[in-house]
Amino acid sequence: MTTEAPVKSPSTARFLSQLDMTAPPLEVRNLHVEFHTTSGEAHAVNGMNFVLSQGETRAILGESGSGKSVTAQAIMGILDSPPAKITHGEILYRGVDLLKLSDEDRRRVRANHIAMIFQDALSALNPVFTVGFQLGELFRKHRGMSRQASKAKAIELLDMVKIPAAKQRVNDFPHQFSGGMRQRVMIAMALALEPEILIADEPTTALDVTVQAQVMGLLSELQREHNMSLILITHDMGVVADVADSISVMYAGRVVEDAPVADIYARPAHPYTKALLESIPRVDLKGQELAVIKGLPPVLTNIPPGCAFHPRCRYAKDNCKVPPEPPHYDVDVNRVAACHYWREVIES
Amino acid sequence: MTDTPSKFGEVVLETKDLRKHYPLTQGIVFKKQVGAVRAVDGVNIQLRRGETLGVVGESGCGKSTLARLLVGLEQPTDGSIMLKGKDLSKVSSRDMRSVRRNIQMVMQDPYTSLNPRMTVGDIIGEPFDIHPEVVPKKGRIARVRELIDLVGLNADHINRYPHQFSGGQRQRIGIARALALNPEIIVADEPVSALDVSIQAQVVNLLERLQDEFGLAYIFIAHDLSVVRHIADRVAVMYLGKVVETGNEDEIYEHTTHPYSQALLSAVPVPDPALRGLRDQIILEGDVPSPANPPSGCRFRTRCWKAQEICAQEEPPLMVRPGSEHPSACHFAEERQVVGAVS
Amino acid sequence: MSDLIPSATSDEPALQSSSSEGAGATGGTASLWSDARKQLIRNPIFVISSLYILVVSSMALFPGLWTDQDPRNCIISQSRKPPQDGHPFGFNILGCDYYSHAIYGAQPSLSIAIGATVGIVLIGGTLGLLAGFYGGWVDTIISRVVDIFLSLPFLLGALVFLTVVKVQNILTITMVLVILGWTTIARVMRGAVLSAKNLDYVLAARSLGAGNLRIMLRHILPNAIAPVTVLATIALGSFVAAEATLTFLGVGLQPPEESWGIMITDHQVYFLEAPWLLIFPTTLLIGTVLSFILMGDALRDALDPKMR
Repeated sequence: MTTEAPVKSPSTARFLSQLDMTAPPLEVRNLHVEFHTTSGEAHAVNGMNFVLSQGETRAILGESGSGKSVTAQAIMGILDSPPAKITHGEILYRGVDLLKLSDEDRRRVRANHIAMIFQDALSALNPVFTVGFQLGELFRKHRGMSRQASKAKAIELLDMVKIPAAKQRVNDFPHQFSGGMRQRVMIAMALALEPEILIADEPTTALDVTVQAQVMGLLSELQREHNMSLILITHDMGVVADVADSISVMYAGRVVEDAPVADIYARPAHPYTKALLESIPRVDLKGQELAVIKGLPPVLTNIPPGCAFHPRCRYAKDNCKVPPEPPHYDVDVNRVAACHYWREVIES
Repeated sequence: MTDTPSKFGEVVLETKDLRKHYPLTQGIVFKKQVGAVRAVDGVNIQLRRGETLGVVGESGCGKSTLARLLVGLEQPTDGSIMLKGKDLSKVSSRDMRSVRRNIQMVMQDPYTSLNPRMTVGDIIGEPFDIHPEVVPKKGRIARVRELIDLVGLNADHINRYPHQFSGGQRQRIGIARALALNPEIIVADEPVSALDVSIQAQVVNLLERLQDEFGLAYIFIAHDLSVVRHIADRVAVMYLGKVVETGNEDEIYEHTTHPYSQALLSAVPVPDPALRGLRDQIILEGDVPSPANPPSGCRFRTRCWKAQEICAQEEPPLMVRPGSEHPSACHFAEERQVVGAVS
Repeated sequence: MSDLIPSATSDEPALQSSSSEGAGATGGTASLWSDARKQLIRNPIFVISSLYILVVSSMALFPGLWTDQDPRNCIISQSRKPPQDGHPFGFNILGCDYYSHAIYGAQPSLSIAIGATVGIVLIGGTLGLLAGFYGGWVDTIISRVVDIFLSLPFLLGALVFLTVVKVQNILTITMVLVILGWTTIARVMRGAVLSAKNLDYVLAARSLGAGNLRIMLRHILPNAIAPVTVLATIALGSFVAAEATLTFLGVGLQPPEESWGIMITDHQVYFLEAPWLLIFPTTLLIGTVLSFILMGDALRDALDPKMR
């Protein structure tokens, strides 16, 4: 082992030569994921589409069962299959379809190009190794660094995510960190190999609000510094409003609205987005009436025909209740909504 | 707090200097107490009929322990709980059952708070098995059906099991169970935080409707300040086992004076991208200290930007200070508008 | 508030997991036992083992269904004759029909196994429940007693006990198995109760004012029963084997009782000349033990949600 930085094997070089650096960092086309369950096929993702541009923060917003986490896992190639199965679609990283790559190349992408952080940092870190060792391992394994050099790198990373006294804390075990600090360690780990794309799956849901503010601030700062593209998976419309550039709103495994963040909050074009915005209490509003979305999210083994939202929708008419599902209507430049009556929704 | 005139009824629940310390021990055979986790450390709250008191704070602030103390799941180390003027520590164990009926709990997690082996009817009817004097045996099924209907579920589903319901519906079952004994007070510990956003509003609205209908008083414990603003009439902000500021909704959200409340409020994300970067955001440094070893003087001083010498030496009492109309536990209490404030 | 929706809209539960999504899409949340039942019916190992146990149980309960011969009706001249028409297992050393022997031998083996299992579940279950529920000194005392009994070597303990009491019948053998076997159930029960004790719905019942008895019987026990069921099924198998072992060592059932253990013991020396005398009872015995253990295994898999 030498301390020489990036070791490029011939296979790495071959992989890198396939990439088209003019293509967007990530594009998901018509992705379908099914889960095999005892009560039938659960359609978790049904035709997911989005494009992630360089340096962009895209929020994927949805409730539980909307398919947002499944999409992230499909991009990372960490879906449990079986029971999960990608039945259709493409996931293009710089123009290369990840779904067609060999396992080895897939791992390479995961290690060097796309990283992910999870909601539960404690279970994502190995409890029996120090965080320094776990961070350093990345450099030893992927960069062929020596033990000493990798430790120095680990300290540097902990400094980067603003963990106080990084020199001492590098020898601590995950359980010795508080929730917010652990989330920082995980961010450090995800950013260690300088990925182009970071997927954050509910990164602050388990944290208190003051800590959430710290962590989200740190994430945006690091994103700017490293010119990363960020996919933020969340159910929290407040967090999205604070950091995202654009949003894909998911319902029953499908993007129902995709728009720049300012537009979607000011004039939602899909009834689901609109209802969601009206149903959340706001800390800065007094005496607010909470609107209610009637009914329940659909059962994934039995998604309503036509528009999946129609049983809960106040705009629904007869043509919403029959296949085909509403197409993505162009509402504006860079803006689509999957609702036959988007004009009505946006005006009201 | 006692001097605030109120549109609500008489005081139904009051705590006086309530404390709960969990001893930390060392040794197995000869246990020796080496310290204590001061989960709740001198809390005074008051609740009137028909009123909702929101209790907010971050994890570890003692709000859940407070809930458990109020419903009798934990015994206080010190201090007292007065339920309708009766000191619970002085009530005989025979009377305790009927006194306790008045205060019921709604739990956070609708998935673990219902026994999976019992039908909905059994779950909602269990309070009547425990307190048979409330409803005569013959009327029980009718009463259970009535309760199911009241919380907006289908009474024909009385023989179903919890797993056949969604999270929001299960939370309704939990609410029906809490209502069974006609309590005057309901302690709700994070009742909507485990639910999906589109379902939260349903449950919040249900709680509000039930309050109007039965004149219930709520202790609404939550970490989500937005929901609390929506539902609460008065708010108590807790930090490390103590109430640091209390006041009505307007006083806390629009005229907050304690630095911790200000930081907490400013950290709440607002679903409005137009305000991005314009809000007065206070980012706190560091983490909440351990409740086993809280800082001297003011407990917030280690993270406070206003802290001075005096904060380490003298604990600021919770009292009304000049320039403000509601109690705050800060030597340097000063109004600062953080919510929706555009600088 | 008219916007409150009666749940009539949703006859089916939403497919969702408790907190995070993702895996939530993979399966509904049906109840433990009904899910387990579905899974067990589809498990061929479980089905075959239960059929085998059903057959053996019917031998024990209604031997008349399987044979009309009297095992005590022996003709010495038939001694050690091999299997033949009408006598599928041949004849034993005394010239009795070996097939009817094997049928009647099921009863003592199974009675001991079932009796001992019921005993350990009652004693171990109760003590484990009390220890886990009350904790403190109750737990300390019960746990120490469990430790003492666990430190007794099983075979040695049984040998000494049965030699000392001198009476070796179904009752005493069952007793010794219970005395030496209750500890495992007690430990499992205690663990299960400890984990069930602080579940939210137990707290909910407590906050309603429910007493200890109600909490134990209605809320804790039904949810601690799964691991005990698994262990008890496996224990059935090991007790069948234990009875045979003790008999083989000479401290178990004694002739003229009939049991598989006695059959094996009596004919061990004739293996070369008349192997069927050993093969038939041994096969039955192994089949029974194995079936119980495989059933227990299948139950464990079916009842453990993590295995799915």
